[in-house]
Amino acid sequence: MRELTYTQAISEAIREEMKRDDTVFQIGEDIGPVRKRPELWNQFMKIRTWQTPISESGFTGLSVGAAMTGLRPITVIMYCDFVGVCMDPIVNQAAKIHLMSGGEIKVPLVIRTPAGAGTREGGHHSGSLESWFVHSPGLKVVMPSDPCDAKGLMKSAIRDDGPVIYIQHRILHGMGKRPCPEGEWVVPLGKAAVKRPGTDITVVGVSVGVMKALEAAEKLAGQISVEVVDPRTLVPLDVDTILASVKKTGHLLVVHDAPRRGGVGAEIIRRVVEKGFGLLKKAPKVLGSVNTAMPYSPPLEDACLPQTSDVVKAIRDVLG
Amino acid sequence: MSHQFGRRDFLRAAAVTGAAASLALAAAPPPPVRNLVEMLRLMRKIRHFEEVLTGLYKYESFLSQGDIVGDMYDFASKGIIAGAVHLYIGQEAVAVGVSAALNPDDFVTSSHRGHGHAIAKGAALGPMMAELMGRKTGCSKGCGGSMHIFSKELGLLGGNGIVGAQIPLAIGAAFSAKYRGSDQVAVAYFGEGASNQGTFHEALHMAALWELPVVFVCENNLYAASTAAEITLAIPNVAERGAGYGMPGHIVDGQDVLAVYAAASAAVERARAGGGPTLLECKTYRFTSHAGAGRGQHNNPEELKVWLNRDPIALFEKKLRDDGVMTAAEQEGLKQQVLAEVEEAVAFAKNSPFPTFDEMPVTPDTDLLA
Repeated sequence: MRELTYTQAISEAIREEMKRDDTVFQIGEDIGPVRKRPELWNQFMKIRTWQTPISESGFTGLSVGAAMTGLRPITVIMYCDFVGVCMDPIVNQAAKIHLMSGGEIKVPLVIRTPAGAGTREGGHHSGSLESWFVHSPGLKVVMPSDPCDAKGLMKSAIRDDGPVIYIQHRILHGMGKRPCPEGEWVVPLGKAAVKRPGTDITVVGVSVGVMKALEAAEKLAGQISVEVVDPRTLVPLDVDTILASVKKTGHLLVVHDAPRRGGVGAEIIRRVVEKGFGLLKKAPKVLGSVNTAMPYSPPLEDACLPQTSDVVKAIRDVLG
Repeated sequence: MSHQFGRRDFLRAAAVTGAAASLALAAAPPPPVRNLVEMLRLMRKIRHFEEVLTGLYKYESFLSQGDIVGDMYDFASKGIIAGAVHLYIGQEAVAVGVSAALNPDDFVTSSHRGHGHAIAKGAALGPMMAELMGRKTGCSKGCGGSMHIFSKELGLLGGNGIVGAQIPLAIGAAFSAKYRGSDQVAVAYFGEGASNQGTFHEALHMAALWELPVVFVCENNLYAASTAAEITLAIPNVAERGAGYGMPGHIVDGQDVLAVYAAASAAVERARAGGGPTLLECKTYRFTSHAGAGRGQHNNPEELKVWLNRDPIALFEKKLRDDGVMTAAEQEGLKQQVLAEVEEAVAFAKNSPFPTFDEMPVTPDTDLLA
């Protein structure tokens, strides 16, 4: 299979969907090549990409209005941290309009946002904010961990009739080329994937957590058989695939970049415990970042984030 | 200079001063007689619909006693209608004047004070009343309530409980129209309070930058909830803010439905012809309090008296009588027709069942209990 980087896979999905559907366009800051003022609209229309002023609240609200009236916007929030200035159009407008309109008005909108720490960018460019969206009914939340899923999930997100938050981890931007199918390749929302089969412990990785879990599994190969499950979408969450894995292994660890407190790991464990308490042989655990703003200094940032060595240790802890 | 901007278009746009830029008001032909009567009917529909909501069915009682008159229609205090209800009474000329300039497929986004905008665009009273009573037959199946009246068919993109959030939604609808090559126009209704939100400024700026077909209708009713505009606005006229974004800003008498119609027609025509956005500031007044039907949290009886003398319905009725369009008897007849229509809406709503949990309009993939 030919190989693409994570970002190439996302771009290919968007290009193909634009070709397939005239109503798909992209809008956000600093995302196009337009340099000249005259005929601004026509230049944007030609590339179906609108470079906006720095007005996240304004252009995200614009996107919601466009989605309500026949278009399928892909709205780019350059860093996930910037959603702090445009949460209203996302959680109060896009997420709620379908229900508040009695189901009459759909909001087929993708919010695409690079996120995550590990890039030495400090407290305003390192956020892992997926739980904000998971906690807002009416949104779907997608977090691909490799180029293959990045392409297939982007296509599903664009084709979905509701608002989808598509979070791409900045560390994964640099993961190198991986196999990615050409042409029509769609990964359904709400379907987890087993990224590495194993029998001793289930490690659920979220986004870059999958990469770290796979590295840890490799390190432990021969000693502990680790099964790595990637939920791929947090809403809807494919809890059945996770339960099936836990049924096999009896042990559960969740790994993500976001702080543990109030995080998606806690949510995944709630779902597993409610449905499969009896499947667990030991207490499950979440490995996440510490409860602080992300510090800049590389050794400090590394100390605040779960590293592959921490995953190895946490696996041993869970197994006791 | 050229290296500084290097953009002739930009400079030309910047030369347009908002308040000074004149709209071709004379270009808007006066509405035909049939439409004049329909405009009065819509104004009455808005008023009586809302009077019923709050026990103000007999409006005169409110004036004479200066208090809420409870009667069988006093839904708010009896709990038949729950939650906050923000009344439009006193501002009817704005929504009706603007809507008269719109096509059926044009878009409207509205505020928390949105009953008037919906009725003026053509929303049926029965489903609206049912929505406010939380019934299954409500226009949002009971899931929206007073602040969220939608109709895809009428281009009603909802009221909004977040002040100012509706303004970017409107430029999105205008963006969509331009993108699709349709000649639809979008209107954003908001108050002078919302004009202090960042969304107002971001939306006006982008609408001007991309020449979107949108009309910004600021209803300056002098109060943001109960806070007087004079203590929140750094300049007296919101219309002047248009200049900062290179779009015409126009001050309109919001109590004069024909003045609103004329200004809106010119702005809508400009938008439809590709001329870009316009900011209209309609000077108006909220006869009741921010929410509910009290004397007004502004609680300034002298000021209220002055504005009650400029009741948009009374002014328009007088104009129609003076011009020989309608007689007093015809106007009374029209009022009675509207009152009957409101009664019908109440009966329809009251006789409708409440929705059940299973009937909530969620998409099949929504796991409500996960």
